[in-house]
Amino acid sequence: MYFDSLQAALEMQGHGMFVWPAYSVTIAVIALLVITPLLRRRKVLRQLEAQARRAQGAPAGRAGGER
Amino acid sequence: MWPIFHKLGSPPWLYAIAGSILRWLLPITLLALVTGAVWGLLFTQPERIQGNSYRIIYIHVPAAVVALAGYYVMALAGAVSLIWRMKMADVAMKAAAPVGAAFTFIALFTGAIWGKPTWGTWWVWDARITSMLILFFLYLGVVALYEAFDNKEAASKACAVLSLVGMVNIPIIYKSVDWWYALHQGATIKFTGESSIDSSMMYPLLLMIGAFYALFTCCLLLNMRVEILQRESRTQWVKKLATKAGRP
Repeated sequence: MYFDSLQAALEMQGHGMFVWPAYSVTIAVIALLVITPLLRRRKVLRQLEAQARRAQGAPAGRAGGER
Repeated sequence: MWPIFHKLGSPPWLYAIAGSILRWLLPITLLALVTGAVWGLLFTQPERIQGNSYRIIYIHVPAAVVALAGYYVMALAGAVSLIWRMKMADVAMKAAAPVGAAFTFIALFTGAIWGKPTWGTWWVWDARITSMLILFFLYLGVVALYEAFDNKEAASKACAVLSLVGMVNIPIIYKSVDWWYALHQGATIKFTGESSIDSSMMYPLLLMIGAFYALFTCCLLLNMRVEILQRESRTQWVKKLATKAGRP
């Protein structure tokens, strides 16, 4: 490792205040990029599943109510 | 050649193949990103003139390179969807736009932070920076234009045309550091001739460029899978998939 201590790595001789925020924001953007579609996919599948269940259940339920 | 073209046009096949690619590509990509970042941040020497601030290069350059490459992907997909009416190409174009915008944002943001200790300013209307900002707006334009139409076919056509017209900007970005010599430095890694970057700094940089390419691919496939599911929601295979996923 180039730096002697964690403190030195955080400070980077005064440039840490630029380098670390740049990396932090990049990590945040990448996390958003990867997690958002995963969550959206799960949501879409759940909605479709609920829709399918309603479509299956609805005709029988309505018919039962009329009788 | 043609069988693969036909398969690429098949939503269930594309959905499945994207899933099986992601299963191994996504973990490898994340591992490569972490390795490259730690290598660049902690295990390389500081640059002689810029000191430690240069370590931003390991995210700035890969993000910028892939932001440009991503535009080719989007415009090419747009062209294919425009010419051959290929639905899955339209899916790829729509999926590429937000990813490209995010990469361009990373390049601009890290560039601004890097500019402060190096040039003494966050922002300057230098040719390279301005043309990258235009790239950012082109990506956002495609995202916004897609949402602006109720008719999906018209949206697809308009976005394809916009992304093709925007191609004009790409060579300008590449050449901007040579045509208008201002603050932004020229390329240090060259395919022809000797690179002006030391190999101890070049290897982690190349790793990060590769990792960002892989990341773009992953994000593209992730978005395409969601888009395919939404578009095909009335088909039997998606319904079957949904009931399987919904079971505890």
